[in-house]
Amino acid sequence: MRANYILKLLEKDERLDGRKLDQFRPIVIEKGIIERAEGSARVKIGKTDIIAGVKMEIETPFPDTPNEGTLKTNIEFAPIAHPDFIPGPPSEDATEIARVVDRGIRESNSIDLEKLCLIEGEKVWGVFIDLHVINHDGNLIDASSLASVAALMNTKIPKYEDNKIIRTEFIGKLPVLHTPINVVVSKILDKYIVDADKEEEEVVDAWLSVATREDGYVCAMQKGGSKALSLNDIDYMIDLSSKKSKELRKLL
Amino acid sequence: MVKIKGIELIKDGKRLDGRKPFETREVEMKVGIIPNANGSAMVRFGKTTAIAAVYGPRLLLPKHLQEMDKAIIQCRYNMAPFSTDERIKPGTSRREMEISKVVRLALEPVLFLENYPKTTIDVYIEIIQADGSTRVTSVNAASLALADAGIPMKDLVVALSGGKINGQLILDLNGIEDNNSEADVPMAFMPNKKHITLLQMDGELKHEEISKLINEMFKAGEIIYKKQIEALKNRYSE
Repeated sequence: MRANYILKLLEKDERLDGRKLDQFRPIVIEKGIIERAEGSARVKIGKTDIIAGVKMEIETPFPDTPNEGTLKTNIEFAPIAHPDFIPGPPSEDATEIARVVDRGIRESNSIDLEKLCLIEGEKVWGVFIDLHVINHDGNLIDASSLASVAALMNTKIPKYEDNKIIRTEFIGKLPVLHTPINVVVSKILDKYIVDADKEEEEVVDAWLSVATREDGYVCAMQKGGSKALSLNDIDYMIDLSSKKSKELRKLL
Repeated sequence: MVKIKGIELIKDGKRLDGRKPFETREVEMKVGIIPNANGSAMVRFGKTTAIAAVYGPRLLLPKHLQEMDKAIIQCRYNMAPFSTDERIKPGTSRREMEISKVVRLALEPVLFLENYPKTTIDVYIEIIQADGSTRVTSVNAASLALADAGIPMKDLVVALSGGKINGQLILDLNGIEDNNSEADVPMAFMPNKKHITLLQMDGELKHEEISKLINEMFKAGEIIYKKQIEALKNRYSE
């Protein structure tokens, strides 16, 4: 019933909540909301609500990058956030979102990982981004990526002395070089929309997530959904995504 | 596989293994290699080798997983522990979980799932040797295995990777290129209508470069498509 109504409205370029096809719901970003985390942010896009916390830990570097810090992104679909979320190991969808968000940050060289080396080959800082979904009303990818970048931007590096992290003292800010912004464009029938909410997501035919850097480079993409896309679709979706990313970046 | 700083992957228009930028590696395809499976295939791009088996459509159990009006696809992409330089721990990694999902979605648009309510079509993929571009090799193997299983399809699914090394756009990345590339774009599509069913990208590319790469992948995909058809014909001409 609702699904049919969404489709009917879309034929007239309208949406259930009155938005334009290329319009986001209201976005609220709060930074530094978790005192015990080295960086944090809470992002609300409409009713979707996500908290990103960044923890800094001492890690052993990967053998192929002995002088670089490490990055790990994880998302938890907490059962508080939606009736369909059940406790247990990360689902396929959660794993995909974490990896899509991680890739946007990693591939854009957002963090200057070489500055996070303490002893080459032995000790580096590990940056752990943990995303906690508080309420799920669609578009978890954009909300997660925005929350992650916002959290990284206010992350401080704690003091490390005598093999101990002193979490009350800081040596400076995390070196953030770039701000990749992820915007998912969804295709329903022959229409393209941004920021699909939960109900809209259920009728999406295909989507393309595009992470764009401030210099216009595309740094990561992921196609989803069960229908195919043409090259024309993809060209249009990349353009729309990079246009919207400029608006979102201003909010950071 | 190791990241090598400042490595020269292309010199005088030739890649380390002697290929031109838009040349694929040697491709081998064989259909019907697993007697127990309803359909199966092996696809090899250079050293990268994937084996796919299809079981089904068969009744899906437990019952609560069944869809009343269509079949579901269950897909598992798995790397054999011995498939890479460093042993891969058995068990599903996050990477494998994600690839299983995108491969499943790459295949879904060609099938008539509504014809097989309450069933599952199981697609199992094993990478027995990895040298870059494993997910697209998997899609080609799965496409052939589905056809071999006699499951009606709207088209075959053709897949290959594109990317950029030392500023040059290329096709079919091998392991060392994959690890040191400026960008990596795996893609799968239905060749007849050029409908894209899998697209991922990481690295740094301008929008025009992405469009150019997709067009080059469409072109090279025609050859892979012909190889798939040939492999299917060979299976039933023996």
